[in-house]
This record gives sequence, structure tokens and C-alpha cells, in this order.
Amino acid sequence: MLELHGITQVFGGVTALENVSFTIEKGDITGVIGPNGAGKTTLFNIITGIYCQTAGTVHLEGEDISGLPPEQLVRRAMVRTFQNIELFGGMTVCENVMVGMHTKSTSGLLACALKMPWSVSEEQRIREGALTWLEVTGISDLAEVTAANLPFGKGRLLEIARALAVEPRIILMDEPAAGLNSQETVALAQLIKRIRDMGITVVLVEHDMELVMDICDRIVVLNLGRKLAEGTPREIQENRDVIAAYLGDDD
Amino acid sequence: MQFDQILQYVLSGLSTGAIYALIGIGFSIIYNATGIINFAQGEFVMLGGLLTLSFLDLFKLPLWAAIPCAVAVSTVAGLVFERLAIRPLRQPTPINLVIITIGGSILIRGLAMLVWGKDTHSIPSFSGDIPIIIGGATILPQHLWILAITLVIIIVNKFYFYYTISGKAMRACSYNRRAASLVGIDVRRMVLFSFIISSAMGAVAGIIVAPLTMTAYDVGVMLGLKGFCAAIIGGMSSGISTVIGGLILGVLESLGAGLISSGYKDAIAFIILLLILFIRPQGLFGKADSERV
Amino acid sequence: MLSRERLGFLCFALLIALGPLVFKGGYLMNVLVYVGINTMLAIALNLLLGYAGQISLGHAGFFGMGAYLSGILTATYGWNPWLAMPFAAAVVGCLAGLIGFPVLKLKGHYLAMATLGLGIIIYIVFNETVQLTGGPSGFSGIPNLSIASLTFDSDVKSYYLVWSFALAVMLFSLNLASSRVGRALRAVHDSEVAARVMGVNARLLKVQIFALSAVICSLAGSLYAHTVTFVSPASFGFNFSIELLTMVVIGGLGSIYGSFLGAALLTLLPEFLRGANDYDIIIYGSLLMVMVMFMPGGVVRCIADLYRKLAKPKHEGGHA
Repeated sequence: MLELHGITQVFGGVTALENVSFTIEKGDITGVIGPNGAGKTTLFNIITGIYCQTAGTVHLEGEDISGLPPEQLVRRAMVRTFQNIELFGGMTVCENVMVGMHTKSTSGLLACALKMPWSVSEEQRIREGALTWLEVTGISDLAEVTAANLPFGKGRLLEIARALAVEPRIILMDEPAAGLNSQETVALAQLIKRIRDMGITVVLVEHDMELVMDICDRIVVLNLGRKLAEGTPREIQENRDVIAAYLGDDD
Repeated sequence: MQFDQILQYVLSGLSTGAIYALIGIGFSIIYNATGIINFAQGEFVMLGGLLTLSFLDLFKLPLWAAIPCAVAVSTVAGLVFERLAIRPLRQPTPINLVIITIGGSILIRGLAMLVWGKDTHSIPSFSGDIPIIIGGATILPQHLWILAITLVIIIVNKFYFYYTISGKAMRACSYNRRAASLVGIDVRRMVLFSFIISSAMGAVAGIIVAPLTMTAYDVGVMLGLKGFCAAIIGGMSSGISTVIGGLILGVLESLGAGLISSGYKDAIAFIILLLILFIRPQGLFGKADSERV
Repeated sequence: MLSRERLGFLCFALLIALGPLVFKGGYLMNVLVYVGINTMLAIALNLLLGYAGQISLGHAGFFGMGAYLSGILTATYGWNPWLAMPFAAAVVGCLAGLIGFPVLKLKGHYLAMATLGLGIIIYIVFNETVQLTGGPSGFSGIPNLSIASLTFDSDVKSYYLVWSFALAVMLFSLNLASSRVGRALRAVHDSEVAARVMGVNARLLKVQIFALSAVICSLAGSLYAHTVTFVSPASFGFNFSIELLTMVVIGGLGSIYGSFLGAALLTLLPEFLRGANDYDIIIYGSLLMVMVMFMPGGVVRCIADLYRKLAKPKHEGGHA
């Protein structure tokens, strides 16, 4: 589904990523893990078009998407969530999700301003769609709350609802469990599995090992900008290099 | 004949450029310490000139006493401005900061208009008006004062920022405010200092140029904007880059006004500003910024 | 079946329509025409600043361009005003669109300074192209607008003309604000990166709004020219850009009705401070500072919050 070849990213004098290559299978839940500073978020930013890589290519279902900006990746049904949730604080929860459906309608500036009938019916459709996605993530009771006033856990769910509204084929989540308590993390795990069951490929960057080992089909380990290992959770847990990277060598 | 004219323009341009440089450094110091562009910077330039006038006329002080007094009062004004306008701001978003510094500048200008009226005033040159001939061009002693004082200020500045503890602390703030506060630097004090230094520099700039260009309640607007332009060309540095930026601006403006059209003189600065912002927003000498998400 | 917003707007429009009956063509009529023009301008700036979150300190320039283009085309070249107005708006819109691409790449202070510089350059051009514009002493002899035999030459007639346009702009903007595009704008304002990830073409949208904003200003400028029949650069300088900013800030960024309030307050205020003409800049300066410090949401939001606090009984919002 998603193939990375030789991704290298150099910022000034720092090589954040060096020759990272791996493949993500369709329908999998793949985890990307690694100690802090391994380059995980940088990798995500490259895949999702926020940075342009210094070298290497990214292919989505065979199409080279290297260098495409985020707004075009949405049209190829790829979406992401952020480590520090980037909500539209000034808008309500429902409106946030409605923005997620931005690409599902085409009314332009004039059509909206003149309240053309087709834009009105599109608007209705968008609102209904948004409410459905809120139900999926279980926060439809908060629909009219201003996003900035949400508790953190609910904010995360909103971000996910908003991303789902794009109706993606693949969703990349950057540390979705960060800041959640154990109850919320369990609920998150369920949600991610449900997302996979909808036919969406999930890629996560995570630090919460329990979550990762529990739900991921495959795991990629990064360390210091390079790919260290790749395999099933079992294989990774038993991999000597991975253990050394996280816990340090005992020589 | 052509050469003489050009030399004339270049020389007078260098002197105006020095003024822009001083004002620009003022912008940069505050920006580097706080991330704020102080729209009111030009008003301190204006205050310097007008206050000197008052000290001369009202208090009958001699020039050498009036100037430090004027600088002192302007500096206090800068302090008050920081305390009243900047520090209490609850939501320091860029829009709010822009609005409040604009509001502040307008207020200061309005108060100046109340105190000094709308007329232009002049203050006497520091050492007389006998023109000096240099290679076919004439300059006034005041031009030399401008260049000399600017040079002194720049050297003092460099010394302060690189060889004193508080100067280094301010530079630390400008590189990374969080880290600076973690090592015990009082960031809010640094912010205050930056306003104090900038308003003092602005006042000096206003004083040394006033004998040449007259001063009035509204000179701050244009001077401030052009000083900002110098700072942008220099990449918001509080050192030599902004000085070069100011000199380049001054000379280009002078040449443009002399050779092309004097009516469009002010437009030249802004066209340069726009070009730099479009093509190379980090200034001629800065490095490009990359955003971290 | 009218929604609450529709009903509210209709009431407002009705109030406006009844205005002349109340003020009976007195001096205030003339001022109310200016309120209409300033409302259009404030809304234009609000769309850019309050919704899209992009600062512009040069909007007086677009206003002036609309006024001068319309004025010159009709008075010097004999164009029909009804042709000159949309033509001027199209020219200003295209120019704004072209300039918008590089300018809107900038953010925050840099954008503010760039738009400031732009506004001043336009002002200088007005002053210097004496052949065309009459320079600092202004340009007169601009014809009034007329439809068939009805010429809009009196205060009351100008009032209805200007306010028809102003109400149209208001409705247009209200529709836009509550639509998909309005949401996209606010999204770009709150988090541009997230908006882009959701598929919003932030760059294009910002330019579109900038151009739309300029077009509205141009229309207001043309109306101004044909109503007052005389224009001079002094009305289109940096000071007026600041006045517009103050109107928007007072009314509340992101509130269309707020822009009307801000425009009304700032246009009527000088009338009540007769004799304090020079003090207006002190008042604007103080107002800006006070508003940002104590009422960052503007008067409308402040009133709305107060109302909400008073209307609700002691009730903890949200569930644990």
C-alpha cells in the first residue's frame, strides 16, 4: 500500500533520516517505534507532504507521491493526525469534523456566498455526515462544544473523527495515545481496530509499547534516523538490536 | 559633473542610511528578545528630537545637557510603554501584538501632537553649518556627526552584546527563550532591557538627524517604517547586517530621489521592502528559516 | 421557513430601510451614508482579518483605487458609472490576486508590514500621478450614479443606494461565513497545517479572500466617489487603514454585525466630538489598546458573553 524507498532527510547539519525503506501492507495496523529523536515524526511529516525529503521516494498504491503537498494527498485518500492535536479551537466539535469533509463538496466561494441551492443541500449532507463520524468515535454528545474547551482525551477523539471524515484509505496517527490515561488508551485501541475493520490501513507512531504490541500487525523500529528492524510484534520483542537500542547494551 | 552629483547623493544617502540603521537595530533588538515588531519604534525617534527641543527652549539647557535628558526621558517612555502595553497582554497573538503596538504608536503620536502642536521645529546643529567639500560634493558637519555617533553606538552595541553578562543574556534569550529562562535568566527583565535600549537608540537617532530634517509630531511614522526596512534587509540582526541594510537603503533612496524622481522617494523604501519580503524574507544576509511542526 | 439568522438579517435590513424616516434628511443622513460605506470596508477587512486571520494594514489603498479608477474613468473619459464601477472592481481584484500570491506567503508581522508598504505605495502614486489624479489637491467633477431618470444626488437617495450595496455585502458575507468556505477560512486561521491536511488549499483560499476583500473595498470606493463627487489622496492614507482596523477590532474579529457596529461607532463618534477633531487619533490609539487588552473579542463578543453569563443559571458546563 505504502512504500518508502531510501528516504533521507537532512536539516542543515543534522541528518534526521538516512536511507529508510519499508513497505506497509494494505489493511494492516503498522506501528513505527523508536527512542526519542529517532526521526519518527520527521518521517511522518515527509510521508504526509509537510516536509520534502532530501532523497528517496514514497509510493502510495503504486503512485509516486513524493513531494506532494498535504492538500493533494487528501484527494488520494491519505490523512494524518498530529502529536499535539491541531484542532480548530474556535469552531465547535461538529464544525471541526465538517472541515474534514471539505473535499466531499465543491461549492466555491461565489456559490456559498450566494447560497445556491446545490451548496445548501451539500451543506446539509456535510452536517449529517459529520454527525455520523462523531458517533463512530463516541463523542456525538459534544457536537456543539467549542473545540478549545474539550478535555484532552476528547480532543484526540475529535481529531480522529475529523480524519475519518476524509474517508481515507490510509490514516497515519502521530502518537495518538500520548496524554491518555489507561482507560482512554484501551478505548483507543478498540477504536483503531474498528478503523482497520472499516478497511482503512493504519500507521501509528507510538511510545506506548503495550498498545503497540497489542494491536499492531507489523512494527518498524527506527533508531537515530535509520531503520533498525521490521517484523511482527513477537519478532521485534526478541530482536537483540531493538532491545539494545531501548535499554542500552550491557557491555 | 555627473560624478559630483552622484557622490553628493551617495554621501547624503550614507548619512540618512546611518539613521535608518540605528532605528533598524532598535527594531531588531526588540524582535530578537521578544519576537515582537514594535510598531511604535519610530515614535521614540520622534520623541528624541522633540524632547531635546523642549529641554533647549523651555528649560534653557545647553545642547550637551539637553540631549542626554531627552534620551533619558525617551527611555523612560519606552519603559512605560513596555510595562503598560506589552506586559499585561493576555493573549499575545501576532494580531494582538500588531494592534497594540500600532495603537501605542498612535497614542504616543497623538500625545506629542497635544504637547508640541503640528508645526515642524528645528534644533541647532551640533557644531555649526559651514559646509565641507569632499571631492566636489558638499556635506554639512552634522552629517559627520551622524556617521560618527552611529559608529560609536554600533561599537558600544557590539561590546555590550558580546562582552557583558547582560548583553550575552539578551542574546541567549533571542536564540532560545525557554532555555534562557531555564538557566536562570530573567526573561521579562531582558524584554524590558530590550525596550529600554531600543527606545534610547531611537531617541539618539531622532536627535542627530533633527538638525537636518526638522522634527514634528509625525516624523516617526516614515522613519520607523524605513528603519524597519533596514532591519529586514539585514535579516533582523542587531549588528553589522542591519547597518549595511540601512546604508544600502539610504543610498538607494537618495540616488533614486536624485536621479529618477523626488516625489517617489518614499516609495523606493517600500518597494525595496516588498521585494525583499517576497524574494528573500530572511534578509540579504540571513539564513532561510525552516518551520518545525 | 426562515431560519433565525435570516430573520435577524431581515429585521436589520428593515431598520436600515426605515432610517431616513427617523432622521428626516437632516445632517445625520449624510453621516449615515458614510456609515454604510465604512460598514462595507470594515466587513471586507474582517473577512480577511477576522476569518482568515491575515493582517492587512493597507486596505485604504484598495478603497482609494476603486474611488480613483471609477472617478477618472467617468469624469475624464466619459464612461458610464455603472460600467466603471465593476470594471474598477475587476481591475482591483485582479491586482490584489496577483499581489496576494507573494504577499500572503508572509505571516504575522511581516504580512502587516508588507501590506502597510503596499498601501503607502498606492497612496504615493495617487499623490504623484498629478496628470491623472489631480495630485494632493484632489479630483472633482465625478458624476453621480443614476438609473434611468433617477439621479442619486441627495443624501436620502445616496443613503438608499449605498445601503443597498452594504446590505448586499452583509448578506453575502453572512452566507459565506456560515458555509463550507467560511469554515475553511476559520480552519486556516486556527491551524493552517491541519486545514491543509484536511484538503483545504490554504494558499489559494487566502488569495481568494484577499482579492474578494479588495473587490468589496473597490466597490465601496466607487460608491464613495460617485456620492461625494470629489476625491483626494488624504482620505486613502495609512491613517484610514488604521481607522478601518480599529472598526473591525472594536466590533469583533469574525463578527459581521460587529463590523457594522465598529463602523457606526467610529463614523459617528467624531460627529459627537465636534471641535475635538485633532484628538481623534489619540482616541483611536487608546481604543485599539484598550480593546486588545480588555476585550480581545470585540464589543459584540463581549456583549454575547455577558448575555450568556447572565442568562444561564449556575450550571457547570460539560460533563466530567
